[in-house]
Amino acid sequence: MLLKTKREIPYSEITDERWYLRRREFLQLGAGVVGAIAGGALIACANDAVDASVGTAAGSAPQTAIPNVTKKMVTTTEPLNKFEEITGYNNYYEFGIRKGDPAKYAGQLKTSPWTVKIDGLCNKPGDYALDDIIKTAELEERVYRFRCVEAWSMVIPWIGLPLAAVIKRADPQPKASFVEFQTVLRPKEMPGLAEGGLNWPYTEGLRMDEAMNPLSLLAVGLYGKTLMNQNGAPIRLVVPWKYGFKNVKSIVRIRFVDKMPHTAWNDANPGEYGFYSNVNPNVDHPRWSQATEKRIPSYFATTKTLMFNGYGDQVASMYAGMDLRKFY
Amino acid sequence: MIAAGRVFRPGARGRALAKIVLFVAALVPAALLVRGVLTGTLGVNPAETIQLETGRWTFKFLLLTLLVTPLRRMTGWNVVIQFRRMLGLFAFFYGTLHFASYWAFDLVFAFGRMFADIAKRPFILLGFLAWLSMLPLAITSTRGWIRRLGRRWTHVHRLIYVTAICAAVHFAWKQKVFTGDPVWYAAAVAVVLGFRLVWLLKSVRPARA
Repeated sequence: MLLKTKREIPYSEITDERWYLRRREFLQLGAGVVGAIAGGALIACANDAVDASVGTAAGSAPQTAIPNVTKKMVTTTEPLNKFEEITGYNNYYEFGIRKGDPAKYAGQLKTSPWTVKIDGLCNKPGDYALDDIIKTAELEERVYRFRCVEAWSMVIPWIGLPLAAVIKRADPQPKASFVEFQTVLRPKEMPGLAEGGLNWPYTEGLRMDEAMNPLSLLAVGLYGKTLMNQNGAPIRLVVPWKYGFKNVKSIVRIRFVDKMPHTAWNDANPGEYGFYSNVNPNVDHPRWSQATEKRIPSYFATTKTLMFNGYGDQVASMYAGMDLRKFY
Repeated sequence: MIAAGRVFRPGARGRALAKIVLFVAALVPAALLVRGVLTGTLGVNPAETIQLETGRWTFKFLLLTLLVTPLRRMTGWNVVIQFRRMLGLFAFFYGTLHFASYWAFDLVFAFGRMFADIAKRPFILLGFLAWLSMLPLAITSTRGWIRRLGRRWTHVHRLIYVTAICAAVHFAWKQKVFTGDPVWYAAAVAVVLGFRLVWLLKSVRPARA
């Protein structure tokens, strides 16, 4: 005969009396947890809303006009990006990884006085004051396309001087085949450093012939004024045929070396960021297709990316015979 | 204290009202994005803002959905189960917007390129898998499907663990460095899935008496 017995509730499923007596506290705790999550979500939402706004660059040192710039090199007829776009959307991880962080926090960086150490394999090494470097050549305006590896781009009216002039002045030795650049490293003025992420100080490099190319610019201003900190004040590199991260900001050291220098992004992820990093629509980055780009502030990535960012006439000969898939 | 008990265990009318409130609240982020597009206040790269925001909200709703069961088991606050389907469907809603914004803005509505892109770029593939794994869950979220699947429904819906893991890796991999928000979201996934792991281990190896 089959006897149906009521299944006993195992003790493991019976709430311990101690916990039962404190059940209201748990309910309140539960409500608290949900409240905290909802509150956190709302705060995060509010933060995001702020982040979406164009950086206002509060606290950044006042920009001074750069007078008497008459020399010009305009490499494109495309419309310029707005000042607010160029200064409100930046990658400068020393101040945080969100695009609005540099505009918010870079104001803390003291850019005066500023010296650039030029050393390594050259005959005139030394600590050069910024003004001294700027006097090396006539300042000129250069309207360049700027292409980020993240597949967005802008058109920027830089003001600067040819890198070649500064290099010639330092008189590099024949063995100097590469130039290494270093960004300033000041943990107290750069809140993003605490977050980590890259092997700081931010280091970049160029082959000597790339550095001497007439397009290579040491920029000190844009839109007729000195650079804002989020754009790499007071002096930064602009090499328009390479992805944005090669354009090292707030330079404190230029060193002549005989070996290919380590670079910050190559150290972080050698499979994704090569030393050359020339803009190349045919070599995709594992995370971004490089065939097209989004011209800020457009919604759609409809702009076709050009080989060497459209500067092939000036730079392609430097890479003749090189497999650019291998040397990406 | 009795009053508090009533607040936490609402009647049918209270639950219906709470659902309406939750539904409207969950649409606020989408409404803010629409307003941002219309007023041009989504920043320098508005498409990216839309992609980031819809992605974050997908993740937030995923985490809330996954928090329901731990909350119930730890507090006995059973009423939260009533909101799980809506939370999950909002995760799918924002996930679909997120996916659509990638297809629209980055690929300019090209289908062929989309599949090439998914095949070629692991971080896109993981995002796609996260969205794809939510699809059967959204479809089988109806009363009819719950009845038809019976016991199996619970098993099928464990697919959300896959969704959460894919989403965490997708978010982390999207960035060039592993810092900031992706770290926190990954940690949150570890916590909500960690509960399940502990329960599983406990059920496999009952505590020695």
